[in-house]
Amino acid sequence: MPGAAQAPMQENNMNHKASVEQVRVEDLHKSYGDHEVLKGVSLTANSGDVISIIGSSGSGKSTWLRCINFLECPTAGRILVGGKEVELVRDRKGELVVKDAHQLQQIRTRLSMVFQHFNLWSHMTVLENVVEAPVHVLGLSKAAARERAERYLERVGVWKFRDAYPAHMSGGQQQRVAIARALAMEPAVLLFDEPTSALDPELVGEVLKVMRSLAEEGRTMMVVTHEMGFAREVSNHVIFVHQGRVEEEGDPKEVLVRPRSERLQQFLSGNLK
Amino acid sequence: MEFFDFKVITGSLPEFWRGLWMTVQLTGLALLFGFFVAIPLAVMRLSPNRLVSAPVAAYTYFFRGTPMLVQLLLVYYGASQWEWMRAAWEAGHPLWSLFREPYFCALFAFGLNTCAYTVEILAGSMRNTPHGELEAAKAMGMTRLKALQRIVIPSALRRMIPSYSNEVILMLQGSAIASAVTLVDLTGAARNVYSRHFAPFESFVFVGLIYLALTFALVGLFKLAEHRWLAHLAPRKAEAGRQS
Repeated sequence: MPGAAQAPMQENNMNHKASVEQVRVEDLHKSYGDHEVLKGVSLTANSGDVISIIGSSGSGKSTWLRCINFLECPTAGRILVGGKEVELVRDRKGELVVKDAHQLQQIRTRLSMVFQHFNLWSHMTVLENVVEAPVHVLGLSKAAARERAERYLERVGVWKFRDAYPAHMSGGQQQRVAIARALAMEPAVLLFDEPTSALDPELVGEVLKVMRSLAEEGRTMMVVTHEMGFAREVSNHVIFVHQGRVEEEGDPKEVLVRPRSERLQQFLSGNLK
Repeated sequence: MEFFDFKVITGSLPEFWRGLWMTVQLTGLALLFGFFVAIPLAVMRLSPNRLVSAPVAAYTYFFRGTPMLVQLLLVYYGASQWEWMRAAWEAGHPLWSLFREPYFCALFAFGLNTCAYTVEILAGSMRNTPHGELEAAKAMGMTRLKALQRIVIPSALRRMIPSYSNEVILMLQGSAIASAVTLVDLTGAARNVYSRHFAPFESFVFVGLIYLALTFALVGLFKLAEHRWLAHLAPRKAEAGRQS
């Protein structure tokens, strides 16, 4: 596993990558009844980008991420995945849903999500959790999926727990299994929804270390997080969401060090790390 | 007269044996039918579409709301009350003629009865699927059907093992009413032996012990099943690693 010491190129790890657009979100709105959670937000993630989305709770940042793989349905806006526009139709509740169920499945296999509460399948062992979707969604053979699963479990350092059940592991270990499960789909983009927020403080580090090493591999990641250190050091783009709008965004070394908006200044002063 | 006349028992062993076999068949087949039919019905029971869920709800409500003995008598004696049913019997209709057979009627009533309970047990267990696990299934690209097949039903079946074991034991004891429609199950055999020898104590104590032994065996089987399929809910064993 590449240690932190061998990562001097982390400063500029995007430059040598061909910039292929992976995800583009344009003017996304989301309302729950009368309450508008997202008031028109946009972003573009090219391959190799690590985008951190920060903001206080209730700002809409998780909802935004969950709209991208349609765990939530936006009320307005456009989403492009792999350069292809997702065709949306309005359902009876007035929410936008993906028109073609097959395209929805494809989008979700391209964008793998890691959840705040891990959401591992509790009745399956670690290995079964990671093998499941490659076999039953991607259609890999059991042997190929197993080989792949073991590789990624090794990669995140939980291979030795492959026969354990999630409930018998620590939160940090479970979250690393969840990352391996997402990796085993070999997605174009990894979506992280507050991956360390449910962890005990002493377990946050092991998960962040894995995420940092994935970023160093040049993987495309979108991370909703409260970890300002991660946002500053690992991501190449940071977006500050406030009350459903993008308040400020840009290079984290610029935005997080010299915030222009008063909101972000307030937010950062309450989040000093 | 002795306190417990073993000769009454030993002399009627073949009869008890046939009764035992009848009890095992009735209970086993009814449970088998009930279990497998309950799976699709439980899925329907949880459908957001009322037209799909309401009929299943009505069915379970009826069968859980009335005694199994009433259901059995209704099927066995009730069927012959209809003109068209009797006409079908005269004509030798292959399906309707089954309702002349006490054995079939008992299976029919027992099967539908245990199925109704199993639907509710399974549907309750499916309702308790952790929301996040469903969400993960969606996010990994599973269709609704796939998620049901791979996540919701397998984990619900595991979680329902303890409550389902009760249903199985209740069915075993409940099958004793089969003698009400002339079937000679364990209880029926005991009744026959009792009336022949006028030895109620011997015959009922003996079958009581057999029911007890069967129940004991079932409890043991379910313990094994829990060990095999509910390991993920058991407390962590000492040897499982904890260092990272």
